Amino acid sequence: MLTIDQATYDAIVAHARRDHPLEACGIVAGPEGSDRPERVIEMVNAAGSPTFYEFDSTELLALYKELWGRDEEPVVVYHSHTATEAYPSVTDVKLASEPDAHYVLVSTREHGNNQGPVEFRSYRIVDGEVTEEEVTVVPTLAANSASTGN
Amino acid sequence: MAIEVRIPTILRTYTGGEKAVTGEGDSLAALIDDLEGKHPGIKERLVDQGDLRRFVNIYINDEDVRFMGGLEAPLGDGDQVVVLPAVAGG
Repeated sequence: MLTIDQATYDAIVAHARRDHPLEACGIVAGPEGSDRPERVIEMVNAAGSPTFYEFDSTELLALYKELWGRDEEPVVVYHSHTATEAYPSVTDVKLASEPDAHYVLVSTREHGNNQGPVEFRSYRIVDGEVTEEEVTVVPTLAANSASTGN
Repeated sequence: MAIEVRIPTILRTYTGGEKAVTGEGDSLAALIDDLEGKHPGIKERLVDQGDLRRFVNIYINDEDVRFMGGLEAPLGDGDQVVVLPAVAGG
């Protein structure tokens, strides 16, 4: 299950709407091993395409170096589909390379840049196998158990 | 001649879970062959038909090797190599 706070959910949806009809992409970083998506980092879609996304290779390295320096990892990897459902494409599955991440797909096919409901779904993609998971949106993430000593 | 190589999560099955390993070689191709000797199977994940795989990024001292001659990119003692799979899809 993916547990995500409302503000993070809204930020991902807003990014997808803004970039429509191109695919939007980014990550939500969190402390390593915490499964807490805490920090949205929007990335530029270097492919600039309605049917493909790719992080720029230089920005990719800068992103990971920042994460390593903060003992973080990509808890969520998100991107949008702009004409099809929010389900991983064959290419998405083939290229998925973060077995520990939640892959979030947002589809803007219904309302494009405008307000209105969007599909927001989450998956695990490991060894070519896609498993959809429940998404729970909470007002704020629960206090970090590590920091409260529980 | 020791070169540190940062290994991404998805390739750590080849390195016994290690995040970083060391290798040797005076070019990226030689380094990858050296890594293959110690971590069999890893080369095939980096190289396809004599070229770097399209969706794997390798950096030497923070520079994408595609701008340094690809597999022919020269390496020296103390260089830092990072392997990162592309974050991409359709």
